[in-house]
Amino acid sequence: MLDFPRWKTISISLVLALGVLLAIPSLLPASVGQYYPGFLPQAKVNLGLDLQGGSHILLEGDPADVAAQRLQNMEETVRGAMRSATPRIGIGDISREGGRLSFLVRDVGQVDAAREAILPLTTGAGLTGQRDWDIEVRDTSRIVLTPTDAGLTEALDQAMETATEVVRKRIDELGTREPTIIRQGDNRIVVQVPGLDDPEALKELLGQTAELEFKLVDLNASPEDIAAGRAPVGSEIVPYPSNPAGGTAIAVRRLGGIRGDKLTNAQQSFDQQTNEPVVSITFDRDGGTRFARLTQQNVNKPFAIILDGEVLSAPNINEPILGGSAQISGNFTTESANQLAIALRSGALPIELKVVEERSVGPDLGAESIQLGMLAGAVGTVAVLAFMIITYGRFGVYANIALILNILLILGVMALMNATLTLPGIAGFVLTIGAAVDANVLINERIREERKNGRRIIQAIEVGYTEASRAIYDANITNVIAAVLLFLFGSGPVRGFAVVLMIGIVTSVWTAVYVTRMFVAIWLKRARPRELVI
Amino acid sequence: MKLLKLVPDDTNFRFLRWRKIAMTISLLSIIASIVLVGVRGLNLGVDFVGGQMIQVTFDKVAEAPVADLRDDIEALNLGESTIQRFGEPNQVSVRMRLSGDNVDEVNAVTSRVTQMITTEYAAQGARIDGVDSVSGKVSGELLSTGVYSLVFAMMAIAVYIWFRFEWQFGVAALFALVHDVTLTFGFFALTQLEFNLNIVAALLTIIGYSLNDTIVVFDRVRENLRKYRKMDMIALLDLSTNETLARTIMTTLTMLIALMALLLIGPGVIFGFTAAMTLGLFVGSYSSVYMANPILVWLGVGAHSFVPHATDADKAAAKLKEGMGGGAQP
Repeated sequence: MLDFPRWKTISISLVLALGVLLAIPSLLPASVGQYYPGFLPQAKVNLGLDLQGGSHILLEGDPADVAAQRLQNMEETVRGAMRSATPRIGIGDISREGGRLSFLVRDVGQVDAAREAILPLTTGAGLTGQRDWDIEVRDTSRIVLTPTDAGLTEALDQAMETATEVVRKRIDELGTREPTIIRQGDNRIVVQVPGLDDPEALKELLGQTAELEFKLVDLNASPEDIAAGRAPVGSEIVPYPSNPAGGTAIAVRRLGGIRGDKLTNAQQSFDQQTNEPVVSITFDRDGGTRFARLTQQNVNKPFAIILDGEVLSAPNINEPILGGSAQISGNFTTESANQLAIALRSGALPIELKVVEERSVGPDLGAESIQLGMLAGAVGTVAVLAFMIITYGRFGVYANIALILNILLILGVMALMNATLTLPGIAGFVLTIGAAVDANVLINERIREERKNGRRIIQAIEVGYTEASRAIYDANITNVIAAVLLFLFGSGPVRGFAVVLMIGIVTSVWTAVYVTRMFVAIWLKRARPRELVI
Repeated sequence: MKLLKLVPDDTNFRFLRWRKIAMTISLLSIIASIVLVGVRGLNLGVDFVGGQMIQVTFDKVAEAPVADLRDDIEALNLGESTIQRFGEPNQVSVRMRLSGDNVDEVNAVTSRVTQMITTEYAAQGARIDGVDSVSGKVSGELLSTGVYSLVFAMMAIAVYIWFRFEWQFGVAALFALVHDVTLTFGFFALTQLEFNLNIVAALLTIIGYSLNDTIVVFDRVRENLRKYRKMDMIALLDLSTNETLARTIMTTLTMLIALMALLLIGPGVIFGFTAAMTLGLFVGSYSSVYMANPILVWLGVGAHSFVPHATDADKAAAKLKEGMGGGAQP
């Protein structure tokens, strides 16, 4: 016990010094922190959303949505390929039932040619060269395209990847600080935005697919047909909730429209005549040309502005719009117009996202939580410290120094790992304080016991440490097992708690067993006590 | 300086004399807990049933207008709601269960309620402090992962103890854990405190710390089994419990101090969490003595138990210690 080697003392002191150095930035208030020298570690413990306020939002994309979209695209591709084949291949009875695309080739002699033409469209762009679609010929002239699982997975993955980027752009546009946007699992995105005032607006912004289309209104459709959902050939019925002419839908031409992905800019502004909030958009060169042509050819006809499958408004084309910019009106408020502008600037989501989980904490509640949590932690710590000194005297003081070092070490490791402190994390902190002394209680009680059994001072301390260590290790390894499972299965704040628990277990065992041992060894060497008060 | 000694030297309580009564009480309370959970049910939070919880603080009044709020929310006709105080008297939580899978519906309800509160109660300084809304799908996942984590933790810990001690010790520890967890469930059914994700975290922590006690006693039992080969098992368990009694009480007290600080001063948001931990602290100490020990007796642990395997276990322990830079064995 007396021969505590010098190298051990030095290395333990170095680790402690490093830990304290890492912990300092997190402890300094911001006003003092700016004077903290730049060559020292700067990393701070992050505060969880439940402490600083903010929103945690879990978005989920529907794989069926991607599958349907993909089927529709395939139909258009196939139609195009058949039309442009030489000679042209006539097809009919196209159906998308059961997630498959099937159609009849009118001339049985052309089935092979059709198959040949489609084949290159069904191979994925992936490195593996896996097929995206299986082609089958049924009943001699019906071609059936079935999406493969690999193709669907690939498509979903791409859609989610793009969606994550779009979500990131939209949140960046909001100008919030340090948002976290992470893809999770196959079809989910976690969004964490600290210090947000209005989570509702964020949710609306993320929930908007923002697929903008301009299509001509089909004036030939009778109101009865529209009400019954029957569209004239080449047209489709689109809901129009705020139709000034009455009714809740109108018919628009399927083809000849322009999609809103050909934009270079979108801004909220006000209509010059009515002073209503509108969104001004600017087309790119291609979009501008097509928009000019569309408006030139259809002067005095109405066209529909369709957002996410719903008509916003259907203004009349009074004159050709040649400048490549246009205004979207549609009963906006300033906020909703601004939101749409942001959504249009960041592009359309390739998959509709739904909020499946939301946890928002206001900044006031967060501040209150951190204040009360810290107060409780401080009171608990001071009480435990006092209790230890009353009970174990000198050995209690050693345990207390170890405990304080332990607190600093936990903070330091958390700062190093860039870990997040949550409210349950503070509770974990306080518990670690209660439990950290357990190791020293075990050791000290054992030393008392060995003294009582008549061992000499040094031997009693030696046996106390070694015998108690066994139970300390076993007990703490089981705690690590529980903490690891907590981390694996927990979510959000609970994970933060598990992280504190894990770090705390490791550092507390180390400080309680080795650091106190070092103090005791130094004391024994210097004082050579004849009596042991414990 | 005279130091505080909570437990006098050489206590000799015959703890296990009461083992049959204690076991009966334990089994009865386990059954009672299960019945309570079955009859009263748990007050499951939105984490596990889906729906939304809105926390509101009324800044300009001393007490939250709960009755008015209840009427106003009922008038919205959005389904059943639970309004509870939490923390300060001017803070309430509004909980609505919407277990349906329709995500849009949940979100729509959330925004309608928050809008109503901020506009209707502006005079009372209503401030939305927090919104938790969870769809049925996610809450189902949270529930199943919560259950898995509890079951896995108990199994993993039992297996670890089996490796470090003997299989009987693993079984005994597992029963002690089941006892602790079941009683905590019973407590939540009885008090109808909200059972949410935080409580699962508390349960896992209880499992970990309750094991601390059990392992400390087991470790001493193992040591004494080697030391006193001829001692009667029950006397030996009593001796081990008495020898570790000072530590058990001391540790329980320090943990209790820390928990009391959280319970009395800490934020209201984690009240249920700390309440569960406090209960677990006592239940865990009790079960180490009266659940784990009697099972050791009934499973036939005796002087023969550590003869063949002990050397292996000790070698491993010694190796572990060497690797970690510890001192030599005495």
